[in-house]
Amino acid sequence: MLHIVNKSPAQTRTLESCLRLAKPGQALLLIEDAVYAATAVGAASSGIDKAAQKLKVYALQPDVEARGLAGKVIDGVTAVDYGGFVDLVAEHSTSQSWL
Amino acid sequence: MKKFMFVNRKPPYGTIYALESLEVVLIAATFDQDVSLVFLDDGVYELVKGQNSKAIGIKNYSPTYRALEGYDVEKLYVERESLDARGLTEKDLLVPVEVLSSAQMADLMAEQDVVLSF
Repeated sequence: MLHIVNKSPAQTRTLESCLRLAKPGQALLLIEDAVYAATAVGAASSGIDKAAQKLKVYALQPDVEARGLAGKVIDGVTAVDYGGFVDLVAEHSTSQSWL
Repeated sequence: MKKFMFVNRKPPYGTIYALESLEVVLIAATFDQDVSLVFLDDGVYELVKGQNSKAIGIKNYSPTYRALEGYDVEKLYVERESLDARGLTEKDLLVPVEVLSSAQMADLMAEQDVVLSF
């Protein structure tokens, strides 16, 4: 399963709930304001740093760059472009866009 | 037949999500799909007994959850952690549900063909 989250962890608890219900080995793609959770400080406070050890965590690079976060994303998070986003959706039989 | 899961995480009335979810659930049920409803986080408030929305001018649609059985929608799951965090128990809910731990809920979610969030 591919989990997709688009809200900052400081704004809603969506990411927290997603991390609680994601199973090891599943994938998580951070898009839009959720990319703030991929920075060093954001990853520590949101639990993305620990989650990256059991989940495959991706961040949408255009959203990272738009917010001035290029180079600030932690090592455990893989950058993907729009094509990569499409590939992730195609590779996983189910995707869940958390609201 | 596909396994559809509807994940409800918003309280009722403040936004339209809860009602929209219910409408889509009824549509899916009409197409004879395997439908599960999940209530997480503030979504558990959708099922609380004793809702009376008269004074806010919005229809109280909570009785509809009791009618789902008539559409063969009988799989309602609530996360225990979400109930506990809000001081609620099964007795506070207006329909029979199955209460699952986060881990059990994660397993159930992983089995689905389609997961829709509200």
